[in-house]
Parts: sequence; structure tokens; C-alpha cells
Amino acid sequence: MVGHERHTYDVVIIGAGGAGLRAAIEAAADGVSVAVITKTLLGKAHTVMAEGGIAAALANVDERDNWRVHFADTMRGGQYLNNWRMAELHAQQAPDRVRELEAWGALMDRTGEGRILQRNFGGHAYPRLAHVGDRTGLEMLRTLQDHGIHQGIEVFSECTVTRLLLDGTRCAGCFGYDRDKGTFRVFAAGAVILATGGIGRAFKVTSNSWECTGDGHSLAYHAGADLMDMEFVQFHPTGMVWPPSAQGILVTEGVRGEGGILTNSEGRRFMFDDIPPLYQDQTADTPEEGWRYVIGDRDARRPPELLTRDHVARCIVREVKEGRGSPHGGAFLDIAWIKEKLPNAEEHIKKKLPSMYHQFKQLANVDITKETHYVMGGVRVDADTQMSRVPGLFAAGEVAAGLHGANRLGGNSLSDLLVFGRLAGEHAARFARDHGTGDLNVDQIDEAARGALAPLERAPSSGEGPYQIQFALQDLLQEKASIVRTDDGLGEALRDIGELQRRAEGITVNGSREYNPAWHTALDVDHLLTVGEACARAALVRKESRGAHSRVDYPEKDAEWGKKNVVIRKGASGEMEVQTVPCQEIPAELRQVIEEQG
Amino acid sequence: MEKATFRIWRGDASGGEFQNFETELWFGMVVLDAIRAIQAEQAPDLAVRWNCKAGKCGSCSAEVDGMPKLMCMTRVQQLDLSKPITVEPLRAFPLMRDLVTDVSWNLEVKKRIRPFKPRAPDNPDGSWNMAQADVERAQEFRKCIECFLCQDVCHVLREHGEFDRFIGPRFFVHAAQLEMHPLDTEDRLDSLRADHGIGLCNITKCCTKVCPEEITITDNAIIPLKERVVDRAYDPVRRLLRMFTGGS
Repeated sequence: MVGHERHTYDVVIIGAGGAGLRAAIEAAADGVSVAVITKTLLGKAHTVMAEGGIAAALANVDERDNWRVHFADTMRGGQYLNNWRMAELHAQQAPDRVRELEAWGALMDRTGEGRILQRNFGGHAYPRLAHVGDRTGLEMLRTLQDHGIHQGIEVFSECTVTRLLLDGTRCAGCFGYDRDKGTFRVFAAGAVILATGGIGRAFKVTSNSWECTGDGHSLAYHAGADLMDMEFVQFHPTGMVWPPSAQGILVTEGVRGEGGILTNSEGRRFMFDDIPPLYQDQTADTPEEGWRYVIGDRDARRPPELLTRDHVARCIVREVKEGRGSPHGGAFLDIAWIKEKLPNAEEHIKKKLPSMYHQFKQLANVDITKETHYVMGGVRVDADTQMSRVPGLFAAGEVAAGLHGANRLGGNSLSDLLVFGRLAGEHAARFARDHGTGDLNVDQIDEAARGALAPLERAPSSGEGPYQIQFALQDLLQEKASIVRTDDGLGEALRDIGELQRRAEGITVNGSREYNPAWHTALDVDHLLTVGEACARAALVRKESRGAHSRVDYPEKDAEWGKKNVVIRKGASGEMEVQTVPCQEIPAELRQVIEEQG
Repeated sequence: MEKATFRIWRGDASGGEFQNFETELWFGMVVLDAIRAIQAEQAPDLAVRWNCKAGKCGSCSAEVDGMPKLMCMTRVQQLDLSKPITVEPLRAFPLMRDLVTDVSWNLEVKKRIRPFKPRAPDNPDGSWNMAQADVERAQEFRKCIECFLCQDVCHVLREHGEFDRFIGPRFFVHAAQLEMHPLDTEDRLDSLRADHGIGLCNITKCCTKVCPEEITITDNAIIPLKERVVDRAYDPVRRLLRMFTGGS
């Protein structure tokens, strides 16, 4: 057998972002042994990038808010493809998860009465996002980290998992390698939780960090779990496009929550031109009403800049296509105009959006466009336990599907991590207690080791380097499978991905096993190709436009497609199978909740 | 297109050398862009640690032309391009390979600092009331992205290697954040003096100078902690009182 170090834990968690750490804290509180494996150093996860806030119906700012309104907002934002039970649990439990963060030391901004302050965000009926200026994700992750390091959790830093290990159909552990020395580790586990985050690095223009390479999606798929809703990739409408190096840096939706407006090259506030029917009753008729909403007038309705991200992104695309875009192919985001309304606008912005202020130094127009931000799709899980179709394999956070449906509301991501991280931790611990540790299969371990070493052991210069394949994939998904999707383009994308998969089999890596980023990228490429293929296949099947999924050749919503989710599974002969499944029926009392909220 | 030469440290704990790489410049390029371009085109195994590329995760710390910096926030055009740009790993920590250092000591240090211990909740739902002004004082310290540039530049660690009895600026900021947290009830003053070496800091303020988050480390965190420690341990009146009461 190939040399490796062996570890045994009740619960092994892959990923140390918000979901992974929250799961670890919960499982450790249950008294089981817990390991967290992270590709990066502890405290560096992509969660730190989240800016706007944590959505939770605390009702500190507007007492009309409650979990029912949050539930209805989430379902409407997801165009009713959400798993209703996840949306219900999320809305009900988010307030407790936020209060719990405070008990662990988080310091969120306050209302005049000293309660947790909440801010406006796209698609939320009331000010709902608990926040710390515009660095909420950092506050949340650091709080979980600083609490977590005292809970007896083992952390394996800069360790990359390349394969899940199965005992029959059950998940029994995982195989990974340490970046430092390139040596292997094998983890035997009672239960494994995937908390690996997103897939943004499959695309060229993305707000996502280095580590967001879809590892968990791909690991789960190859272990026999279902992926669902993979066609829904959210493009954040306000990423910077200029200067080029800033490309990918996000301008928080909080800017719009604080009154920022979107204009085109003619200076027109184009968001007023197209209000979707689902939101007509909730959207302001005039700029004046919109401003009144921003400053807290409870009779005013939301400005159209606070419509959902899918819609804002589409409107920007429309402006650019019709020749009214900014010089660099986007639109303008203007927060400076509030100087007309507020005498102390500059101080106000500095206080509310300090990192943004730090980045731009002055009140200025920002040239922005849409960028790959978040994947609504992921591992299909049981709503209450977060367990996948593979017994003992759980998923929480961005890697899991269900909560967000066709489009995620801003702020629902951080609360997702907390609510479902906790549930996954609780149920994984229970599963591990009930079932004990599974048996590991030596052949699987050897195969995983051989697969990991292959790029290093192929004859040097026999194939290509890994970066070129990754760049080629990013280019092709950006061009053919992101915001402009057609039957022809997606068909081409799939052929191109197939070609890249063949080329990837010959990737060669020079150098040693010690902290070799080319080797790491060679292993990432396998995951990226798997998730890229899943996105393209799901997008090809869904012949309509809904939420984040825009088909140029099927520009309208189709009522029949509004009742179905697309599910992807690895077929018996290793090929990717796509099928549609009916959405779970929403119970009558929750349908009524949705109807009552207009 | 304009080009620049980067003089990059290559090697591991057993030794190494600087190697020169030439790469094309583009408008607004940051040092990390150049390193990644060199990695993709010329040196695929060039080891570098980076995550967010937006100044928020604190992973890509290095020394650029002798200054501790985040590579993702350092514009190439703002450097002196008349000579090669030198990029080397943090020198205060053990080298792993090329630009990557082993910063795990920092993560161990944090565990030694007593954790947050809140007072009883103010409200039946388990929540607390706090004034924004009180929250802001500790919020400054909670901006820290743990890039460890302050640790790298601090001479107590870098020159004198006092890793066993000095926790460094990052963790004084952490301790200050806890000490000034409106809800915290824990006492860390004795350990700051006896175990964490706060007396070794002689306020040269290098840490404040290199902080990418512009945290006023020395003035707002370290000096107030020093004052509290001094008040507790060395106040002559208290000392006299202790002599009579035998208290601590």
C-alpha cells in the first residue's frame, strides 16, 4: 500500500468556512471526535469575503418582520424552485444563529436602543441583514474560529481532499494530501460533512477565492450523491470591471442598500424601466419613493436597485447590449448622489461601508458589471438532516442545494452557513454514534494515491501544464455557459469540456511533491471539469429563463419548468446522467404564508 | 508592452537563491498578478499562498522590495521599476518553499490567550444591549485579517526570536479586542505581563506602519494594555496596599 498517515474521527468535515466551522462546533458539543480538513490556513476561507450581512428576521429595526416574511421572500427570490422545508428551517432558525454568534463574541453594528442593527438588501421586504459595516463575513468567520479553537476540534491545515472513501454505498472517510510535504493522509470517519463552498473558479470573471474549485460538488458526485440545480449560477451584478486588476472585486449590495443607484451611459436610472410582475407591488414608482424607503419611511416601497440579483444582472446586460453600457462594458453604480440628500454623506458612507470607502477613497462612480458569484446548485440533501443520498455523507452551505432555488437573496448565504452547518454537525454526530466507523478499502486508497500522483509521474513534457487547461475551461464556460446561454453554445461547451477532459488526462507536472502549486492545480482541474460539465448539462436541459438561468433561445419563464428541478447523477458506466424531478409540494399552510405576503 | 523584472526567492529550508523573471505589465497590475503570470508561463511550481486576491484574507503576505506587504494590494506601477522588483518570503517565520512560510506558530499562540467570556445576557432571548460607540472601539481590532505582517516586522520576533515569551502585535490586538469587548468578563492582565511578554514591546510602531487594515496597533491596542498592566502590577499605592492586605 502507498505510504500514508491514518487518522480516525467520528466526524470529518471538509472545509473550514462558515458552514464547516459551525458544523464542527455543533458536532464537538455533542461529544464526538471531530476533525476539520482545510485546503487553506484556518481563518482564510472565502466566507471572509462576504460583505453585506446575515439575513435573519430579528425584527430589531422593523417589528413587522418575522420568519414567515423571510420565508416568503426567500421562496419568491428563488422563483419557487427552492426546497420549501429548507427555506422554512432557515427562516425560523436564523435569528437564534445570529444571537448565538454574539454570545461567542461577534460585535455587530447596533440600533439606537443597543440591539443588533439590520440593513436593507435586495429582495428582502424589511431591513433584515445583521452586519458589521461591510465586513460581516470576516466577523462571522473570525468569531467561529476563535470560539472553535477552544472546543477540542482537530484542524488539518493546507490539506487537500482528493477522494471520498466508501464502505459499500456508505461514506467511510476520505483521502487527501498535505501541501507542505506532499504526503498522504487517510481519514476513517463515522460521517463526513462537505462544507467546501462554491465553484466560481470554473469561470473567468469571478468574485470567488482561490479555493472555490467545486471540490465538494465533484467529490460527492463521484461518490454517488445527486447534484441538483446546477444550472443556477448567480452572477453578482456589481463586480468591478475597471481597472483590470480590480476585476472580480465585489462592490457589496450594501451600497445599493444604503441608497446607491445604477445608471447607464445616458445617466438614466434604467432599473425603473423593467419591474418583474412578481415584484410590482413591492417596488417604488419614483426615485423619490425609493429614497424614502432607504431612509426608513415605512410606507415607501423598495427602489428597483434592490430587486433580486438575477434581475439586476439581466438589466445591466440589456443596457450593454443596447449600446448604453459604460466604457468597459458594464454600468455605473453611484452612491455619491446621496450628497444631494444627506449633508454628511461622506461621513455616513465611511461609517456604513468602511471597506468600500477604503477601496475607493472618495465618493465616486464605479464602473461595474456582473461576475460569477455563487452557485445555487449543489449536493441534493435531506432538508432536516443535510444528509445526501450517500449514507454518512452530509453537505452544508454553498456546496449543498435546495435553500436558494433559482436565485439566492443577498444575506441568505451567511445565514445558510450557520443554520445548515449546525444541522449537518448535529446529524452527522448522531449518524456516527449510531453507525460507528465504516471499514476502509485498501484498493480504494491505493487507487486514490495513484490518481493523485499521476500528473507527477507522467513523463515530463509528454503533456500540457495544468494552468493552461484551467484557463481554457474558464474561457469556454465564461463564453458559452455563463450569462448568455443557447442550445448551440451549450452543446459546443460540452464538446469542448469533453476535449479538455481528454487533454487533462495527460497533464504533466514538474518539480517535487512539496508545496507544488502546479500539482495542486492539476488535481483541481478534475473537479473544475466535473462541475463545469454539470453546469452545462443542466443548463442545456432547462429550456426556459428563470432566476439566474438565462437562455437567449428560451427567454421566457415556462410554467411547467417552474415545477421541476434538474438532478445530475453519475451513471453506471461513469457518464453523467441528467434527469428532472418534480419539486416537493409546498404544504397548504406555507402556501398560505406566501400568498399572505403578496 | 512594458515589461518588468521580478527577483523572486526560490528555495526551501535547506537553502535557495533569487531568480529573475521578466513579465509583461498591464494597467493596474498588482504583484500577485505578476507572480501568477510567472507561475503560469515560466515557473509552474513557484510556491505562493493566496486566496481572495482582494485584501481580505491575509494569505499572500510577502516582502516586496524589503517591505512587508500583501501582494494582492501592491500595485506594480507604484514600485521602483528602474531595478528588478524583489519578492521574498516573510523572514520572521520558517520557510516552507519559495514565497510560502510556516505561520502555524501564530495559530498556536492564539489558543494560549484566554477566550471570550460574556456577562449574563441582558434580555430574555439571550441577547445583549450595547451602544454603538462601545462596540466601535473593539471593532477596530476585529478588522484584523491575520496577515501577520505586523508579526513579521516586529523586531522582538524577527531579530530576537522571542517566540516563547512574546506573542507579538497581532495577539496584543486580539487581547485588546477581548479586553475592550463590552461584554467580556475575563481577566488577562496578569497573563499579558507574565506569559505574553507585553513588556518586551518598546513601541517602535513598525507594526502599525505595515498594517494593511490601518489598525492603530501601538497607540490603540498595545499602549492601553501596557497601561492596564502597569496599573495592576506596578502602581505604588496598590503595591503598598498589597503589602498590608496580602492580596494580589
